[in-house]
Amino acid sequence: MIAAIEITLGQVASTLVLVAVAVAVSVWQRADLERDIGIAVIRSFVQLTAIGYVIEVIFDEDNLGFVVALLAAMVLFGAFTARSRARKVPGALIPLLLALALAGATTLGLVLALGVFEPEARYVVPVGGMVIGNAMTAAAVALNRLGDDVADSANQIEATLALGATTTQAIRPVLRRSLRSGMIPLIDSTKTTGLIFFPGTMVGMLLAGAAPADAVRLQLILLYVLLGSVALGALTSVLLAYRNFFTPAQQLRELPG
Amino acid sequence: MLFECAQVSFRRGETLVLDGLTFGIEEGSTCIAGPSGAGKSTLLRLLNRLADPAVGTVRYRGRDVRDYDVLALRREVGLVPQLPALLDGTVAMNVGFGARLAGRVTDVSTALDLAGLDEGFADRPAGRLSVGEQQRVMLARALALQPRALLLDEPTSALDESSKAAVEATLLDLRERLSLSFVFVTHELAQAERLADSIVWLDHGRLTADRAPVPR
Repeated sequence: MIAAIEITLGQVASTLVLVAVAVAVSVWQRADLERDIGIAVIRSFVQLTAIGYVIEVIFDEDNLGFVVALLAAMVLFGAFTARSRARKVPGALIPLLLALALAGATTLGLVLALGVFEPEARYVVPVGGMVIGNAMTAAAVALNRLGDDVADSANQIEATLALGATTTQAIRPVLRRSLRSGMIPLIDSTKTTGLIFFPGTMVGMLLAGAAPADAVRLQLILLYVLLGSVALGALTSVLLAYRNFFTPAQQLRELPG
Repeated sequence: MLFECAQVSFRRGETLVLDGLTFGIEEGSTCIAGPSGAGKSTLLRLLNRLADPAVGTVRYRGRDVRDYDVLALRREVGLVPQLPALLDGTVAMNVGFGARLAGRVTDVSTALDLAGLDEGFADRPAGRLSVGEQQRVMLARALALQPRALLLDEPTSALDESSKAAVEATLLDLRERLSLSFVFVTHELAQAERLADSIVWLDHGRLTADRAPVPR
């Protein structure tokens, strides 16, 4: 176990100098981002402080029921957030809920079954949050691409259906592109990790005083776990959501707008 | 009777695209003609169930199209859309695509020949062909399924005059060689008269003159 470090509110407040730099850049360049920066700073403070207290209670209780409830809440909020990025996909909420739940349950279940982490709140909660958060981003990007691509490729999809193809066969090239869109950002960042940027977990462990070798190994575990969760999140959301573009008679529905 | 429409209406949002159509299409070559927005392409899509009418019944060879297996119906009633929409890959891959899904082996060079293309096209990337050539590959792809009827949505609208004449000659040749029935959409009266045995006139989703005699 690494030694815990103490961070005071004063130290947090002092970093607002960098926020002031961001605001100054926005004002100077008339980027009109001051309000968004302000909202981002306040929301991050309130949300992280709140979740900090929640996590503290959950860690103290070490009750699996609380952990599952927190992860379920993350899945729910994650699905609603991702849906806002997938406006062109009809009925996207249920596929997103199922995709995030499946990605979270499968990857957490596997790492616990393989003995990578102990089934304790202090491991399951942060890893679960990362798994669900990354799956959410991947699913949102994949469904966003799916919605755009179905609209752009409607002629090709109908022309393929007209040859007696099933809906799955007709939309397969679109599904492939959507899946790639959802997965490529994490794959690229995994490729460049350690060269161009240091990922957050490793930085956190190094700051907290852990040995670099331990920090690297934990980071590798998380990167590999995230690859799995991102693949499951993107795949499940796309495979469940694309059906909503078609009728039971293998017809492409009229798209709104 | 090849196709029959009974009280067929179709809506797109608030717009009534087809309004209570009742008419029949015989074997042979039939043109659906009318101005833009008349509902011609929509009507064509109803004939092989790419869409279903809100009201009414479409029959193919006496049976409600909804009673057919939809995939089998689409293989038997081929549709060539107005704009080429080929898949990434070679011409041969595209021509064999539908037949392969149906578990059949395609003679690519025969299908290309029927569509007026020589077999040298087979290995060319589909995306690098001219629009006219792509349109012919779309035709070859539909013919590779050995359909009993073919629906053509403005088959020459994207073509220049010489390509248009060539495609028209190909269609007339196909009718002679395969005894294939065609239903094709055009807004060009002269083309309708050159290719069709009969013409169905549509305007604002309504029949304005059914089976007008065509001088040939």
